[in-house]
Amino acid sequence: MPRTWMTKGILLLVFGLVVGAAGAQLFAHRHLDVPIVAGPGVTRVAKLSDYHPGLRGTAGDTNVFFLESGVPGGTTLVIANTHPNEISAGLAGFLFVENAVVEQGTLIVIPTYNNSASRSTWQGDGYPLYFGIETAWGEKQFRMGGRGASQLDQWPDPDVFVHYPEKQLLSYIDARNTNRTWPGRPDGVLMEQVCYAAMQLIREEGVDVAVDLHGAETMFPVTNCIVAPERSVRVATMTSLTVKMKEGFANHVEPSPKNFHGLTHREIADHSDAYPFLLEAPIPFLDQPTGPKTVELLLNGKDDFLLSLAAQKRLFVPYDENGWPIENRVGQHCSVILELMKQFSKANPESTITVTGVPYYADVLSSGVGAFLHDPSEASPETVYYQ
Amino acid sequence: MGVIQILYYIMSAFLIFLIAWQFAREKKNVTDMILYLVIAVPFVLRVLHVK
Repeated sequence: MPRTWMTKGILLLVFGLVVGAAGAQLFAHRHLDVPIVAGPGVTRVAKLSDYHPGLRGTAGDTNVFFLESGVPGGTTLVIANTHPNEISAGLAGFLFVENAVVEQGTLIVIPTYNNSASRSTWQGDGYPLYFGIETAWGEKQFRMGGRGASQLDQWPDPDVFVHYPEKQLLSYIDARNTNRTWPGRPDGVLMEQVCYAAMQLIREEGVDVAVDLHGAETMFPVTNCIVAPERSVRVATMTSLTVKMKEGFANHVEPSPKNFHGLTHREIADHSDAYPFLLEAPIPFLDQPTGPKTVELLLNGKDDFLLSLAAQKRLFVPYDENGWPIENRVGQHCSVILELMKQFSKANPESTITVTGVPYYADVLSSGVGAFLHDPSEASPETVYYQ
Repeated sequence: MGVIQILYYIMSAFLIFLIAWQFAREKKNVTDMILYLVIAVPFVLRVLHVK
């Protein structure tokens, strides 16, 4: 065999090994379905495509869990995994579906809102592909997703993303970001269609309270807070004061900018009658000046560089050697959602929403997130869904 | 899958063909051979619906 062909053969072998080894991992990540156990409060499970048939069969479609009391009252929508790299949001969504019981009104939960992004990663940042949560029945594995939808599902990115309908110019990358493509349109790019379907759900189901769960860097000023448009500020403020007084954690209120379009808290307010709220819990993993992006950092939020920056007062949240553990972040989301519903119900008694069974901040802190996740192998098969 | 998305995969496959053609034509420069294979990786992963 000529020397050239032997060289090429060796190179092709190495190429195959590289593509095979990397590709197999990424393929497995994209196709891993995570089980979620529909808890005692779940009365039916719909698809987002029920509100916009154009999503059917696409990576934009996802499960929508309904928890209906049968007692007239208000309706709350909880959206999690808008950005699947902000893992406290997705975990809180799981906790609501698996534990909540609604005594009055209706609760709707979308645990994996941006399904495409949850099956991708954020290129260039060295994200782990998975993370695990310890439970009494073993470690439950979750996909670590990215911030935007996969290019496999929505391509090409525009040079500049022109928001619909405001025509505001946004970063090209935000065409795949489901917190920039609200209120969406039925014939837009896939993520605009996802948001259009969610807007249709809000209108058709008469949603009163819409809560979008997120996580934000400790160096970003809009963190550890409730973002609220004008309509929602009173309820958000009362919630912030109450959780501080009763549960001992801070969660200030940030006003929703009037002229920054595409975000849930802005567009749901402008295009429906619902009261929108966006919750931000700190996530040190997303800060840029940290050590390696490991699963440990993702879960415990401990980082020496951030500790040094905290000493220089460069962070927007309290930060010490305990970091920002996942229990704090998930517990915070649970308590704030529950309190938002209470405060909304106080202000609007005819639309009362009463939810029980969901752990509060102190419960998650003392028992851990895994204590509230149910074993799918022990659950009745018809109650197990895949995200 | 939309028309543009289909075009995307056709373009990726065409680029793989061009890179493979250049790889096959290269007779001496091993560095160039490696370069062709490296730049083919993302296109191959995309056509395989991996990333």
